[in-house]
Amino acid sequence: MEFSYTVAVLIIPIVMFLFLGIVGVKLSKKTAGVLGTCAMGVTTLIAYAAALTYFFGTEQGQIVDGVRQQLEVMNITWLEFTENLVIKLGILLDPISAMMLIVITTVSLMVHIYSLGYMDGEKGFQRYYAFLSLFTFSMLGLVVATNIFQMYIFWELVGVSSYLLIGFYYTLPAAVSASKKAFIVTRFADLGFLLGILILSFYTDTFDFVTLTSNPGAAIASAGGATFMGCSVMAWALTLIFMGGAGKSAMFPLHIWLPDAMEGPTPVSALIHAATMVVAGVYLVARLFPVYCLEEGTMTIITVIGCVTALYAAAVACVQSDIKRVLAFSTISQIAFMITSLGVARPELHEGVGYMASMFHLFTHAMFKALLFLCAGAIIHAVHSNEMSKMGGLRKYMPICNIAFLIGCLAISGIWPFAGFFSKDEILVAAYANSPVWGIWLSVVAGMTAFYMFRLYYKIFWWNNPDYGHHTPHEAPMTMTFPLIFLSLVSIVAGFIPFGDLVTWNREGLTTHINWGVAGTSTVIAVGAIILATLLYRKENAVPEKMADSCRGLWTAAYKRFYMDELYQFITHKIIFACISRPIAWFDRRIIDGTFDMLANVTNSASYAVRKLQGGSIQGYVWVYLAGAALLAAIAIICII
Amino acid sequence: MEITMMMYLIPSLIMFGCGVYGFITRKNMIAILISLELMLNSVDINFTVFNRFLFPGQMEGMFFTLFAIGIAAAETALAIAIVINVFRAVNKVDIRELTKMKF
Repeated sequence: MEFSYTVAVLIIPIVMFLFLGIVGVKLSKKTAGVLGTCAMGVTTLIAYAAALTYFFGTEQGQIVDGVRQQLEVMNITWLEFTENLVIKLGILLDPISAMMLIVITTVSLMVHIYSLGYMDGEKGFQRYYAFLSLFTFSMLGLVVATNIFQMYIFWELVGVSSYLLIGFYYTLPAAVSASKKAFIVTRFADLGFLLGILILSFYTDTFDFVTLTSNPGAAIASAGGATFMGCSVMAWALTLIFMGGAGKSAMFPLHIWLPDAMEGPTPVSALIHAATMVVAGVYLVARLFPVYCLEEGTMTIITVIGCVTALYAAAVACVQSDIKRVLAFSTISQIAFMITSLGVARPELHEGVGYMASMFHLFTHAMFKALLFLCAGAIIHAVHSNEMSKMGGLRKYMPICNIAFLIGCLAISGIWPFAGFFSKDEILVAAYANSPVWGIWLSVVAGMTAFYMFRLYYKIFWWNNPDYGHHTPHEAPMTMTFPLIFLSLVSIVAGFIPFGDLVTWNREGLTTHINWGVAGTSTVIAVGAIILATLLYRKENAVPEKMADSCRGLWTAAYKRFYMDELYQFITHKIIFACISRPIAWFDRRIIDGTFDMLANVTNSASYAVRKLQGGSIQGYVWVYLAGAALLAAIAIICII
Repeated sequence: MEITMMMYLIPSLIMFGCGVYGFITRKNMIAILISLELMLNSVDINFTVFNRFLFPGQMEGMFFTLFAIGIAAAETALAIAIVINVFRAVNKVDIRELTKMKF
């Protein structure tokens, strides 16, 4: 196959992970970092070559009758249990996986370069690069998966690498508990994913994505109208699979791990918890989109969860004081946009523009959110704090970072000509096409997005001018500013990529045009929100505090994330642990363990009782033996007579 | 006077009884070993006698006795070796004082 070199994008990172993981401590920090970055650079080049050839080449049969083909570059049988139950590993190239190759390798390479400066002098620098390689390998394996089981394997692997990187500062209790929280919550969601896979494959007899999506009607029909609790089993299967995606993509109410995941190093937040891993849920739904869009009920669930999450996260982001938390909630909100966009997409509505919009937003969001996180890292690097109250007036000290952050904020707010404008416009078009309710809802959230992003921007770079003392903030080193500049440029131009020609649900071309009715309205809303933020936060004043005082209850609730963590704490500790786990633990310790302890104790005391018979006197034993023989003989004689 | 089976079996029984008595009452380990041999030999006599009188045409009992004598010799050599080693270790051959092997 022409694309068989694509397998190198998986091999290089895993080899690098093993190499840095095993002999990394023997290398100097600089060598390990540069080596990891170079390997990532090569991976990026190969991924770009594969993706660009796939999109723009013609000679290898990628396009047949105007439809981009799904190329199974490699597909080897890994486990063969029975005739039907075969698990394969392979590489599937199609528009969304090729696009994801570009997203992942670009952001990963930028993060590798950035970390050379950001993580400089940290303990465990080599380990950090090893984990980054592991993550890149897992994420690339996830997106090129040919079947849902391979995706599940890599899905768990990204979960592990996320766990390892969140808990990178393992001496801090907060980081340790955040990593555990992330792992347990996503693992709980993956339980649903696994159940969904099992149900789906039980009825359709296949794990294969191409088989499933090329004939989705047959996949749905294979259940033969079987129902469970009033819903068809296919709806159950797809909803359960979406539960796995919702856990990974931090959808309400499984979002609670993502804000805490900010305890990890900031470049990790940029790579894993903003650009790549958290969009795995979106990618999963997009991958199975032809099947999903035949189940109206599941699509409604996806839409509603997306909308609720978008509003919830935007509301919380408006009042947070930790800059990484604001960005985390904005990530949740933006991913909810993508999820909603998939939920409202229908093949018959504008040729399924929602699907394309979702992927487009995934792409642009990865770029500008990675940019924002890396800027936040540079700011944290300069002022040694995450809290807004420790910042202010930084525009004088960090001009490059200021411009880059501003570009990121404009992009996420959806201002022309930045990337977010185009992708968000398509999402709003798709939402309005489905129902004005979703459209208006998302427009409101988009306005809130602009507001909280500019609140963040002004609080960091304007607001007041605190006395930094002898510790004057300074611009970050070159290794850190280069990724900022690069991603800023991408955030400016990414919107002009003709996504409609490249990535659509049926892989045919789609003519897109800017819907000025929708785009104009959302721009007006965004500009209004920006002006409001400017008035409130440009200079230090008491108005925001007064506004917060006027609705103190709501403000506190939003600040405490609407008590979702407390609710989880209550449910797990007071209900599950106290009412279910504790009685089970009691039963296990007392009844089950007790039975076996009793058996052992009885044997033990019986042995103690009879051990005196072995007194060491050999002739004594002979006496006993003789007596026994005589007794047996006597019994035998009596019986015979 | 005709020689009957009983004429062999009664001395054999006396030998066995002597062996058991000696095994239980003697203190010296060598004497105990001799008693053990006495018991074995009485059993060997029984084998040949039963073969001679009950199955005159066959030889199994005789062969069995030959094997038993061979094995008894080997077993005695082993036992003597143990006794000598015990003697070297604790300088005693009195069985009543050798009560270390117990619970």
